[in-house]
Amino acid sequence: MPSLPPIRPEDEAVAEKIRPGGAFDAPVDEAHGRILFELALRLGDDSLILGQRLAEWCGHAPGVEVDLSLANMALDLIGQATHFLTIAAEAEGKGRSADDLAFRRDVLDFKNCLLVEQPNGDFAQTMARQFLFSAWQKRLFDGLTACADDRIAAVAAKAVKEVAYHEELAAEWVIRLGDGTEESRARMIDGLDWMWRFIPELFETDEVMTDAAARGLVPDLASIRIGYDARVRAVLAEAGLEAPADQRPILGGRRGHHSEHLGHLLAVMQYLPRTYPDAVW
Amino acid sequence: MSKDWPLWEVFVRAKGGMSHRHVGSVHAPDAEIALRHARDTYTRRMEGISLWVVPSAQIVASDPADDAQNFDPAQDKIYRHPTFYDIPDGITHI
Repeated sequence: MPSLPPIRPEDEAVAEKIRPGGAFDAPVDEAHGRILFELALRLGDDSLILGQRLAEWCGHAPGVEVDLSLANMALDLIGQATHFLTIAAEAEGKGRSADDLAFRRDVLDFKNCLLVEQPNGDFAQTMARQFLFSAWQKRLFDGLTACADDRIAAVAAKAVKEVAYHEELAAEWVIRLGDGTEESRARMIDGLDWMWRFIPELFETDEVMTDAAARGLVPDLASIRIGYDARVRAVLAEAGLEAPADQRPILGGRRGHHSEHLGHLLAVMQYLPRTYPDAVW
Repeated sequence: MSKDWPLWEVFVRAKGGMSHRHVGSVHAPDAEIALRHARDTYTRRMEGISLWVVPSAQIVASDPADDAQNFDPAQDKIYRHPTFYDIPDGITHI
């Protein structure tokens, strides 16, 4: 029976470079990489799609100051997406880049929540969406600063300040439009009505989130919900608005089942890199 | 829409120890939104650490018609400038 060649010290040195600390000998935890990929993809897609939506306002906002506010938020979100998608691409380990994930995936492969892909509608609808999302993202990122993955924790720690500002700004507008004129109030009520059914998805604990929580990657969504509901109630009360009646929750974004709006958004966002592959700035 | 909103003058403090300087103006429906618009318009590139906004209507301005009597008399009184002192090395912001 032929014997295997002995492992020479120089072979070990090569292996050590790839996975240091003797880890080359440890069993690979493939599940961890898969969960990290899924999680980072969801976080990145949420920020990317909402960033693209807000960017659609560029040049169309009610005033130049509001135009800048919306563009600033869009840029914050696209910055977050760049970080999260870079982490996702590394966790996946298939040689894809953050740009590949953003611009060369089809609609069924996007894992963002349905709330962020909803159309801008009027300014009130955009602000309703922004407030309901940023209030959630702020509390999620607060928890993610303690994420077991150092890179996600670092991105969350930086982004949580941006998101705190988004939440405040959007809350101010929900209050002003809700407590404004008859027309602004009617528009804010319509905007909240449109977005309300997408809230439950933000707190959905599917297999990925349960696994990620067990690995210390995400905070407990149920405890985030308590603070979220209280904040939403307080802002609506200040705006003099009733919370919309709970509707049948619409889920599916995290599994790639999207509304018809996302495909149109991607067609615009991905047009250039798909028409001119490898074009550089 | 924003042209229906009142105008606010924006002042930015670039760093601790410096005074606020006028940088421009924004339209906004009220003071809180004016501060946010000022933040989003004038401090996007780390221009400052503190912001003031003041309703433009509250600024009391001198009348350009009075420029001659207000400002011309100072022109030949250079001794009012502290230019006859030696400033020690290393003193900035003077």
